[in-house]
Amino acid sequence: MNFELILANGLHGALGATAIAFILAAIGLNIHFGYTGLLNFGQVGFMLVGAYGAAVSVEFGLSLWLGILVGIACAVVLALILGIPALRLRADYLAISTIAAGEALRLFYRSDAAEPVTGGVFGLTGVGRDFYDLNPIPRGSYDFGVIEMTSREVWTRSVGWGLVLLAVILVYFLIHSPWGRVLRSIREDEDAARSLGKNVYAYKLQSLVLGGVIGSIGGILWVVHRQSVTPDGFDPVVTFFLYTMLVLGGAGRVLGPVIGGLLFWFILRSFETFLDEAMRAGYIPAAIMEPADIGAARYVIVGIGLLLLMVYRPQGILGKRKEMVLDVR
Amino acid sequence: MLAFLALFILAPGTALAATGDPAEPGVADTSQVTESAPAERVDVVARGGPADVELLAAGGEREASILAQEPDDPVDDPPAGTEDEIDEPAPPVGAPFQERLAQTLLTGLQYGGIIAICAVGLSLVFGTTRLINFAHGELVTFGMVVAFFFNAAVIGPGLHIIPATVLAVIVGALLGAGLDRGLWRPLRMRGVGRINMFIISIGLALLIRHLILIVYGSRPGNYTDYQVQPVINWWWFSATPRGLWVLGLSVIVLLAVALMLERTRVGTAIRAVADNRDLAASSGINVNYVIMVVWMLAGGLTAFGGVMFGLTQVVAWDMGFRLLLLMFAAIILGGLGKPYGAMVGGFAVGVVAHVSTLWFPAELQNMWAMLVLIVVLIVRPQGVLGRKERVG
Repeated sequence: MNFELILANGLHGALGATAIAFILAAIGLNIHFGYTGLLNFGQVGFMLVGAYGAAVSVEFGLSLWLGILVGIACAVVLALILGIPALRLRADYLAISTIAAGEALRLFYRSDAAEPVTGGVFGLTGVGRDFYDLNPIPRGSYDFGVIEMTSREVWTRSVGWGLVLLAVILVYFLIHSPWGRVLRSIREDEDAARSLGKNVYAYKLQSLVLGGVIGSIGGILWVVHRQSVTPDGFDPVVTFFLYTMLVLGGAGRVLGPVIGGLLFWFILRSFETFLDEAMRAGYIPAAIMEPADIGAARYVIVGIGLLLLMVYRPQGILGKRKEMVLDVR
Repeated sequence: MLAFLALFILAPGTALAATGDPAEPGVADTSQVTESAPAERVDVVARGGPADVELLAAGGEREASILAQEPDDPVDDPPAGTEDEIDEPAPPVGAPFQERLAQTLLTGLQYGGIIAICAVGLSLVFGTTRLINFAHGELVTFGMVVAFFFNAAVIGPGLHIIPATVLAVIVGALLGAGLDRGLWRPLRMRGVGRINMFIISIGLALLIRHLILIVYGSRPGNYTDYQVQPVINWWWFSATPRGLWVLGLSVIVLLAVALMLERTRVGTAIRAVADNRDLAASSGINVNYVIMVVWMLAGGLTAFGGVMFGLTQVVAWDMGFRLLLLMFAAIILGGLGKPYGAMVGGFAVGVVAHVSTLWFPAELQNMWAMLVLIVVLIVRPQGVLGRKERVG
């Protein structure tokens, strides 16, 4: 058992670009679910349109920077198309319709009909070249104690964490503004907010657009890091991961998705490495689990984690139970 | 909506396509791992059906490998099953429109029967407990895989599919009852909110689905019986006996459920609890008992539907999850919590999915079903058969 490797992989997971992308999407989801009480189960759809907006633009010869704007614009359009009709629905109906919308988008993007533009099931590659061309950090390997990073990793991660910081500051100021107070009052009691003359529907729509845009930035960062985009990466399971991160950290807290995301990815990666090491060392007989099952085993862990969290501590690490009234009428 | 989005993305792209340089010098497509779709069903009915063979490239494998250094992403790892429908005889491409319509109607009804059987359980559970059970798809897979164990697994007893189905239904009913006793009843007693329960069911779904993946494996399989069958041609229709049996059995089972709900004591009690739980409890109905019966019924029916699904398509670990949104479409179309609505809705969704293939690619058939779901929610959220009440 190499415990240093387990720790290092856990840290790589927690600090890595995938975690950053998911944390950004979870920050967006926090605006929907944590502050406005919208059960958006189609957050992955926002990541998808953002990612494809950027990737398709790059594929057709635009620069990545224009592509990012296209991706964000796609997310705004999706939020409006989805939100204008669906936000009138009660919480659980909204959840079903958003998850169906996200899945319908994925099926559409992977279809043969869309293949000339989206690349079908194979997706597109080479999304982030403009981004890596800007990398100012000299090539080589950098030592940070337990973990080592390449110059590419240092570059992606510092930009990514910078974006997370910006998003957190933005959310902090928005939520402590009068606008944010209206959002929270909608979460607590929609009718009360309405009776005070607030246009609840418009606020919900603004919340959906804002959170969707942050989600799409997460999606863009994800495909820039991976240098490729495939529709099947945007499975509904991604949204479930986001909810797990959010509930773990504490929904409705500014730092909830960040803390939750860090912990979530640390646990996931170190657990994976732990299983791998345990198999190598022969602690787990092959009859019970094979190396190919590790991927599945971590979903099992996520499932158990989400279940236990919601049963025993729905407010997560940072949340206040009183504030996290999840029982929408 | 989607077309609009696509246009939105397309517009700037296509305008610049001529000037842009599509060649990508920096990125070498090194490892393009393609694997052929596992275990294609071979029917003797190949009359120019849609090319089902799909090369599923695993996740981000086209990524230039020099660039991939970080341990990567969650969603690529589990091997995907066959994503697209593998189905009953497809209409010949050159056939007259009526013939193709008749054929897609028949296969749609058959698909819809399976959806309806599975969705009735989901609808009954929602009606009595107000739980939106996202783990319902996993009950489908569970029944499918249990029958596979009894029927075709190497370590299994190798029973014929009919006794294997009976056993799967019993085990499925036990699982349903066990879930209620072990998880949902304690949560109800603690007064956990609906939304919390909904998220808990998502956790449960992830848990069960991937446990099945570990135990069953990622390779799709087939039952040993009724695989290769002759095609019966009658009028405009052609079908395998298997397909007709599946359709007939689903209709019979649905009728039996309806009869049970209308004519038996426990059926009446179920309807009473669904209508008004407090009133039912105060008139002496043992609500917890009724809910457990509902869960057993749901587990058993869903397991049966799962076996039928596996029989007409393939047995794979994620089949139930792929059916889940179609089941939701069915019960929302018919009105949430209305079992008869779920039956009608199931057939409607199946028919919509298959008839859409007349005009649109077959791989998009489930997308149309989901769009139906969204449109119904927006236009008539109480469902086609539902009573008008405020749900928005």
